[in-house]
Amino acid sequence: MLQTKKYKLAFTAWWLLWCMLHIYVLYNYYAFFSIVIVDSVITNVLTSGACLLIYNNMRYYLPRREKYWYVLIVSAVLSVMCTGIATFLLHWLFQRNESYIALLYGSWLIRYCVVFLLIGCMSMLSLLWYALQEQNEIQYRKTAAEQMLKDAELYKLRHQLQPHFLFNSLNSISALTIVDAEKARTMIQQLSDFLRGTLKRDEVQFITLQEELQHLQLYLDIEKVRFGHRLEVKVDYTEVSAEKKLPALLLQPAVENAIKFGLYNTLDETEIVITATATDNTLVVHISNPYDEEDLQAVTGTGFGLASIRRRLYLLFGRYDLLETIKADQTFTVKLTIPQLNL
Amino acid sequence: MKVVIIDDEPLARSIVTAYLNAYPVFEVIAECNNGFEGVKIIQQYNPDLIFLDIQMPKINGFEMLELLDEPPAVIFTTAFDEYAMKAFETHAIDYLLKPFSKERFDKAIQKFISQHNVAAKQQPAKALLETVASSPNQSNRVVVKDGNKIKIIPVAQIQYFEAADDYVKIYTAEGDFLKNKTMTSFEKLLPSQQFVRIHRSYIVNVQLISRIDAYEKESHIMQLTTGAKLPVSKSGYAKLKEVLGI
Repeated sequence: MLQTKKYKLAFTAWWLLWCMLHIYVLYNYYAFFSIVIVDSVITNVLTSGACLLIYNNMRYYLPRREKYWYVLIVSAVLSVMCTGIATFLLHWLFQRNESYIALLYGSWLIRYCVVFLLIGCMSMLSLLWYALQEQNEIQYRKTAAEQMLKDAELYKLRHQLQPHFLFNSLNSISALTIVDAEKARTMIQQLSDFLRGTLKRDEVQFITLQEELQHLQLYLDIEKVRFGHRLEVKVDYTEVSAEKKLPALLLQPAVENAIKFGLYNTLDETEIVITATATDNTLVVHISNPYDEEDLQAVTGTGFGLASIRRRLYLLFGRYDLLETIKADQTFTVKLTIPQLNL
Repeated sequence: MKVVIIDDEPLARSIVTAYLNAYPVFEVIAECNNGFEGVKIIQQYNPDLIFLDIQMPKINGFEMLELLDEPPAVIFTTAFDEYAMKAFETHAIDYLLKPFSKERFDKAIQKFISQHNVAAKQQPAKALLETVASSPNQSNRVVVKDGNKIKIIPVAQIQYFEAADDYVKIYTAEGDFLKNKTMTSFEKLLPSQQFVRIHRSYIVNVQLISRIDAYEKESHIMQLTTGAKLPVSKSGYAKLKEVLGI
């Protein structure tokens, strides 16, 4: 704290004030003003020197909690040294003044106590100061690290491209080149648009539902080429909800999940229904797919996709209750609630 | 030679058919949408070679193979399966990673032809299935044949396994089923905290144990909540003690 001018000034002012107090008190007992001044200066210069010493030392060595008694001992020893040297100097300076010498020795205990209190206070203050600074430093580093982790995690959560999806799509394109080159080109187009969309979403955190659904449509179109007859998707949203914002690519894993359990895991046709409604401050999206109650995977786990959505919503809004799953009548529904933060 | 293609994506099947056109020897006698159809068709036509996808609805490619008494030669076609990769390398005729080129496909066919000439009928090694069994969704269910039907049993519903010659008998509340697999492979596959090999011939679901009594010197008898009594060997008892924490 003594680095800045302000603190240096405060430190000096405090000691000047203390000197005056010393003079005032001593002057009540002893009438020689010049001697009293010398006494005050010598004692307080020594004491303030000891305080500075302690303060500077603690910058390099900060005792831990279990070693706090250390500070007490050091303060006591320094106080003995201060009082001793001051007494020795004053004795040597005024040795012929018997009444003063008597006063000097008569007051050693009170002098020692005062010096010890001052030095003790100073060391305690320094201790607190440095401990607080260290704490702040740790806290700062922790927050910074957490922020970095959060960013990295969000980045990763946005970026879960399913390799399975990609390779199977490429395989479909490969097959289409033999039977229908025109369709193959269309699918390459769709796949490119989809991948580009996934990459582009890097910069923006929040997009409108409309944009998200457009991106999703590309994905669904590709899946339709792959599974054609078996996949039916119904998208239903209100005009108000279309303009609401949501984290980019949030719906993707939920729809992937619906397809995984609804389509990959059933033998018949599958209808996936996506509906969106909105109020002033929330957007609610339902994604539902048929599921087989006997299917073990569907019953036991909600899967990584949903876990990643829940995690992402938590990182962004600090709430765990924004994703709900409902199982009823052979239909599995994911309900996503997205608060609108006046964006 | 008779070929069956099993894949849940029509386009993926069509590419195999197209590549196979170059080989008049091979005749695609059927295309199947999933493992259930696959089992039926294979039993009906007894093909020489099958092209098999792994990720399919309900039961995957490996589980389908497990259901066959005499599996034909297999070439796997898959997009991405990190668990299966190692097993392929050692035991399958070949595996094709989607999308695959005509050249790569031809190589797989050559491999099949050369192996086919050596052995009259390629036996897809049991070892393949045993190694592949480590894929994650296989450790929580067992697929068995029940007459003509195929049944998927969640492992939590299994009471115990009993060795029966070349088979393993699986006991559940709905009855018992035979499975062409070894006790050791089940022991490796099942979650070790839930299933313990208590005896050379028995693996038990520890959640169903109701009591364990000393029997003769160094052996015990276990009673399940279902009433069944099973012998416990000395080493089996040691394993039990570890899992149950007694």
